[in-house]
Amino acid sequence: MASFLTYLISGISLGAVYAIIALGYTMVYGIAKMLNFAHGDVIMIGAYVAFLIFSTLGLNPILAVIVSMLACTVLGITIERIAYKPLRGASSLSVLITAIGVSYFLQNSALLIFGADSKTFTSLVSFPPIKLMGGSVVISSVTIVTILASVIIMIALTTFINKTRTGQAMLAVSADKGAATLMGIDVNRTIAITFAIGSALAAIAGILLCSAYPALSSTTGAMPGIKAFTAAVFGGIGSIPGAMIGGLVMGIIENLSKAYISSQLADAIVFGVLIVVLLVKPTGLMGKKIQEKV
Amino acid sequence: MENILEIKNLNVYYGVIHAIKDVSFTVRQGEIVTLIGANGAGKTTTLQTITGLIPPRSGEIIYHGKSINKIPGHKLVSQGMAHVPEGRRVFADLTVYQNLMLGAYTRTDKAGIDDDLEMVYTRFPRLKERVNQPAGTLSGGEQQMLAMGRALMSKPRMMLMDEPSMGLSPIYVNEIFDIIRKINEDGVTILLVEQNANKALNIANRAYVLETGRIVLEGDAKQLLTDPQVKAAYLSE
Repeated sequence: MASFLTYLISGISLGAVYAIIALGYTMVYGIAKMLNFAHGDVIMIGAYVAFLIFSTLGLNPILAVIVSMLACTVLGITIERIAYKPLRGASSLSVLITAIGVSYFLQNSALLIFGADSKTFTSLVSFPPIKLMGGSVVISSVTIVTILASVIIMIALTTFINKTRTGQAMLAVSADKGAATLMGIDVNRTIAITFAIGSALAAIAGILLCSAYPALSSTTGAMPGIKAFTAAVFGGIGSIPGAMIGGLVMGIIENLSKAYISSQLADAIVFGVLIVVLLVKPTGLMGKKIQEKV
Repeated sequence: MENILEIKNLNVYYGVIHAIKDVSFTVRQGEIVTLIGANGAGKTTTLQTITGLIPPRSGEIIYHGKSINKIPGHKLVSQGMAHVPEGRRVFADLTVYQNLMLGAYTRTDKAGIDDDLEMVYTRFPRLKERVNQPAGTLSGGEQQMLAMGRALMSKPRMMLMDEPSMGLSPIYVNEIFDIIRKINEDGVTILLVEQNANKALNIANRAYVLETGRIVLEGDAKQLLTDPQVKAAYLSE
């Protein structure tokens, strides 16, 4: 029982990271109708920036988080501006190939700048773990912060979209770009804001991920990126609650599979579940034919 | 009266297809001007070009004495131009209220927005009853009212309306045309595109007849109603 709880909680924590990444995928898809496959690599850049500030320069961890978020925001807007914006109206295949190109560009740039050897990321979270059930269940501080962060992000994002003018503009652009323009909404600006938010979230995800799994290299973001993308599809791409639930379910299945079935087969099981869900419900868990997309 | 909108020798292409051919017309302050014509004559294209959704190949669009060819579509709303698009294009997943507030997106005068929201509710009582309902659940006529109310929320000086009566039951059609007339009486200049030429000519001051991208006839709306050419082509009901 105690070990099950431990696996479950670390699964929730891993799932929370997937969820934060999946939010970026799903928001960009909802607004720009494109799959930003470079999103996973923004996570890696975010982690490197935090590593530089916190471990190399020895500065404050909060500062590391803020600088990393700012750097990723600028990176996200720049990528959108240079690589994706000129392709507005191009076929989705062209955009997809460009996104894969951007992904390789980021990975190789990181390889060039930071070197091929993997860095050991020092966790930014350093308070002591919490012990439950007389010490048989130990929850690490990173786990707690990760779960808390994902809850806060989810609430903040939902509030932002439902209560602010910009959030409503995002919903409008996601539903109908032409009609949104007729409302006076600057579609390009709205798309840029979406990339900015998604990328800032990617920075947080990168820091949380590397705080829990400390090996940092140029390909660190690739696999979590793909899994988070899967989570977004699983939950119903374009749906914010879907991304959150998809991420959590993926993380829990992955961790429990590792613990009870086979750590080699865990990924196969996760993707197997995705295939089954999509066979039964092609639009994903929360996806409707006409869904609330952002 | 002063020209609020002036279109000069407009040419629009879809790829190699020459959709709008050397079209020129004017709309004066306070008028209802209607563009009538068959399906595919270029009526919708003309409106979409004016509001910047489609770039023209050549020609000039002058609004309040200034060329707006190069102005991106989203900036025209704050200059007082609202476009009620063909097919209504309400945001189906959003509530009636959210749709109306998106109409006021460019405005920051909170008190004015509240006043106009009341004005829209008074003009369209049915929208007030359905204020928290997703727009997609409204009937076609109600969606048309929402699209018009949404446009009114931007406090326009000029409204472009694209086929407001399309697909509506006869009762709704009459209601919609009454509303258009009232909006105009309140001082909003209207450029109306319609397939229902009879209704459109009845409420309009002047009219232009479009045929395969070209203006073939223009004049006083009431005179066009009795024009044998127009009668034969567009008023055979």
